[in-house]
Amino acid sequence: MDTTTLLTYFAKASYFLAAVMFILGIKRMASPVTARKGIVQAGLGMVIATLATFAITGSHNLHLIVLAIVLGVAPTWIWGKKVAITDMPQMVALFNGMGGGSAAAIGAGELLKYAEAGAAPSKITLTLAIVGALIGSISMTGSIIAWAKLDGRMDKRFTFGGQQAFNFIVFAASVVAGLAVVVWKLDTTLIVAFFALALVFGVLMTLPIGGADMPVVISLYNALTGLAVAFEGFVMNNEALIIAGTVVGAAGTLLTQLMAKAMNRPISNVLFSNFGGGGGGEAITGTQKAIEASDAASLLYMAERVIIVPGYGMAVAQAQHKIWELSQQLIKRDKSVKFAIHPVAGRMPGHMNVLLAEAGVPYDLIADMDDINPEFSTCDVAIVIGANDVVNPVAKTDKSSPIYGMPILDVVNARQVIVIKRGKGTGFAGIENALFYADNCKMLYADGQEAANKLIAELKAIDSGGGH
Amino acid sequence: MIDIFLALYIFMLAAFTGQEIISRVPVILHTPLMSGSNFVHGIVLVGAMVALAHADTTLGKTIGFLGVMLGAGNAAGGYVVTERMLEMFKSSKGK
Repeated sequence: MDTTTLLTYFAKASYFLAAVMFILGIKRMASPVTARKGIVQAGLGMVIATLATFAITGSHNLHLIVLAIVLGVAPTWIWGKKVAITDMPQMVALFNGMGGGSAAAIGAGELLKYAEAGAAPSKITLTLAIVGALIGSISMTGSIIAWAKLDGRMDKRFTFGGQQAFNFIVFAASVVAGLAVVVWKLDTTLIVAFFALALVFGVLMTLPIGGADMPVVISLYNALTGLAVAFEGFVMNNEALIIAGTVVGAAGTLLTQLMAKAMNRPISNVLFSNFGGGGGGEAITGTQKAIEASDAASLLYMAERVIIVPGYGMAVAQAQHKIWELSQQLIKRDKSVKFAIHPVAGRMPGHMNVLLAEAGVPYDLIADMDDINPEFSTCDVAIVIGANDVVNPVAKTDKSSPIYGMPILDVVNARQVIVIKRGKGTGFAGIENALFYADNCKMLYADGQEAANKLIAELKAIDSGGGH
Repeated sequence: MIDIFLALYIFMLAAFTGQEIISRVPVILHTPLMSGSNFVHGIVLVGAMVALAHADTTLGKTIGFLGVMLGAGNAAGGYVVTERMLEMFKSSKGK
């Protein structure tokens, strides 16, 4: 056996080890107890695979490879360390876009090489290179637009007449260009046109999608990048790419479905309809009843079971630390406190859990929608902070409402509801919230942090006999 | 090129594995998980490295260079943010 063959064997064995570590790592991420070890294990797998690859590449363009790795790792590592937890969704979108771009670049490089040689290894390889490049390109530019939107760098939605038809034409054109490369002619101009169309389509496809649907879109692009990586893995004859890419593609698809289900929006609906136009639904009669912090504190003081329902508004107000402080005050007074999380609270499913974890809330106090919903009827006080559409009972009662059918937290069943809110505005979807008009609901108009501070102060005042 | 049927089997088995390992993840870990799987497809870096090593023309080298840089960014950034998020999950019953 010569040295090259031996080195290739060594690299392939390392890829095998890395693939096992990735799968075990993701599996360990399934429980909060082992999750940290899981990512460290997957990280180790990545380092092993990367180092082993130098055995294949040898000294060809070695300086370029090392320079590119350093230029890729350094800024993202620093950025990732510094970014605020509230901004996590856009970071995931951005890193995902990079992965898609990398897969597209592999495809582009190989295709151009074939064009230069005037022949491809086989039609199958050529097709896989094209499909991977198409998906990777869409995922890259789409993710960048998703990042820009979530980061507030871009107007939330961008629509024009005949948009869907126009987008479809661009998509069809890129598919036709790709097909032409495979069956007709390995031509450089054609390849460039194919990439340009695919990249433009990624932008066009993401532009009309509103911020509320972005989690589903990012998850979808994550799955797409996985697939693109797997396809380019077939082209490069690289098992590590095939296995890791496919696992992510499959896992990401399932995750996307779970998310879309939680929002009660079919994926096609997210991608091809313009949501968030607002309005619709029956008018709600009644009035919103305000409450002062001192009275709200008295209600909490007398309560035994308290459920806190946080929404993204809480995170925007940076109130999670204060809310946890308030919860600790309640726990100290022997009250049962739980946090109820809607599957799509925050900007990504599970985002709220991360935000609460950052504030120090133990994960065993945090309950999923299905577990907590039966408990609202035996709960004395439910505090809603920064959540709106996910607690709106019209999702169950009013068939004409745009959010009809969306699963909600049954906050309205609690004996008493306190809603902490800055003003009388509607939620993200622009729909009136029937909960705010319910008899058992009181509105505490204040900024999240300020409200929590006041409630803590009032609770202490009651303790020292200064209360009502 | 790997035998096409062998490749299809790998693809199928890996797809089922992906579905299986994710279906047991609780909702509270969905964000770190999405971020974690985002990190895993950073393995594309390895493919990009091989592609760059085989590039001869200036254009090929430029594209390969971009590929490696983006792939490395995907892997490094994905790892850092996932690790940061998972580190914060703590139980009230102590460690």
